[in-house]
Amino acid sequence: MTENKITYAIEAADLNLYYGETLAVRDIDMQIEKQKITAMIGPSGCGKSTVLRAFNRMNDLIPSAHATGSVLYHGKDIYDEDVDPVEVRRRIGMVFQKPNPFPKSIFDNVAWGAQINGYQGNMDELVEESLRDAALWDEVKDKLDKSGLSLSGGQQQRLCIARTIAVKPDIILMDEPASALDPIATLKIEDLMHELAKEFTIIVVTHNMQQAARVSDFTAFFNLGEDHAGVLEEYDVTSNIFTNPKKKTTEDYITGRFG
Amino acid sequence: MQNSIDLRKKRRWGETLIQASLFIAGAFSILTTVGIVYELGKEAMNFFAQVSLWEYFTGADWNPQIDQFGIWALLNATLMTTFIAMLVALPIGLSISLYLSEYASHRARRTLKPILEVLAGIPTVVYGYFALTFMTPLLRGIFGRDVVDIYNTASAGIVIGILIIPMVSSMSEDALSAVPRALRAAAYGLGATKLETAVKVVLPAAISGIMAAFIVAISRAIGETMIVAVAAGAGSNFTFNPFEAAETMTGHIVRISGGDLSYDSIDYNSIFAIGLTLFFMTLSLNVISQRIVRKYREVYE
Repeated sequence: MTENKITYAIEAADLNLYYGETLAVRDIDMQIEKQKITAMIGPSGCGKSTVLRAFNRMNDLIPSAHATGSVLYHGKDIYDEDVDPVEVRRRIGMVFQKPNPFPKSIFDNVAWGAQINGYQGNMDELVEESLRDAALWDEVKDKLDKSGLSLSGGQQQRLCIARTIAVKPDIILMDEPASALDPIATLKIEDLMHELAKEFTIIVVTHNMQQAARVSDFTAFFNLGEDHAGVLEEYDVTSNIFTNPKKKTTEDYITGRFG
Repeated sequence: MQNSIDLRKKRRWGETLIQASLFIAGAFSILTTVGIVYELGKEAMNFFAQVSLWEYFTGADWNPQIDQFGIWALLNATLMTTFIAMLVALPIGLSISLYLSEYASHRARRTLKPILEVLAGIPTVVYGYFALTFMTPLLRGIFGRDVVDIYNTASAGIVIGILIIPMVSSMSEDALSAVPRALRAAAYGLGATKLETAVKVVLPAAISGIMAAFIVAISRAIGETMIVAVAAGAGSNFTFNPFEAAETMTGHIVRISGGDLSYDSIDYNSIFAIGLTLFFMTLSLNVISQRIVRKYREVYE
């Protein structure tokens, strides 16, 4: 973008993603800036979640899925033979569409990820810090031993964010993190994303264009190509995408003419 | 009016008939249970008219010839075979279920599951002779001929364990598969390995179903008859040595009822007392397992 040497948080180059023989996403070239919020928008089925999941190899869990091209993280292609996806996911965490806390206590929900990753420090402190950062501490500090499932949907989602940041990742991937929540819980999550962006790089898939406009610094618009594979149509600073899109399809989509 | 609509109730005989026959089918199983309890209870009453409950539940010797009726001699053997069986079936059954639900490819699952079902379909008398002609010689080969009796509870217990492996593994697998995929994804997303996900997330989430499987398996092991009748030994023996012969409750019932027995003898009545005891043991285990499933399932969802 400038002559200054910018190192990105993560970078997809010539990335193609397949489910079995079907090409789901084609030729993605995309650089994600550090400590910014990048939103991925687009019509259903255009592969934005698939791209998101490619960033921490969550697609590996689907037996038929495979990728060509590369995803560079700290100069290393995470799809290289010698890369352990477990190590990748430890550094690139994920928050899912539906809140999915473990059927464990609130404390254990936050502590578990850190524990399996060999965290040696004071666990009480880490749990409190993570819950504070997730703006949940005041609501749960008196019931840390209660099941994570006893919380409301919005609280559960913030608990899931707390457990993700307890692992101290570089990047947090969020797959429509507020789509199962009511408007007030959604706003809390959005506020939280702003806070988290001071420390983490955030990539968020959303169906809600207002949300993308509200929270993100950069927006990537995905669309279905003629061969029904998803393509990255336009990628720019969020204000440009929403006020001055370069492509007609982007404009049509954000003005609600399709999708 | 020309096109009047008829909204009156109609008799739907087909529905009534089917409803009634379904009710009868349901009632049939309840009536059978009531009948069994009644018959067991009636004969057991005759027994307890002659032998005190105290003697029955505290005695450790069972010798009807000299009027000793202490259930512990038989109960102990039953508990021994059951314990040994669970020692075999729990780890193996649970491992199989974990493999099937978390690790196996579609193809491995397609091959392995029918094999397990075949294992479950073998008549138990075949297992009995398998214990006697294969497991016992094997144990004698390992531990020595003078240590291991020809009839012994270890051999019977191990083979009962093999018998109930399919039961443990298939019920546990159902419980594991019922754990939402989202939980696995959450664990992987935190950088968990496959093993950490399986053992620390999926397994605890499925624990109610797995516990229920274990308890049902225990009650199956307690009730198992042919294997112990063939391989565990005849003649009561209160011992904690698994290599000695000892007669279990079920084994005793088979042996006594197979011989010449006059109908009103105390021997004859005693097998109903044993039967009633077995009935209550398995009944209470089943009740416990249902409680566990119900209690923990609420928490989990």
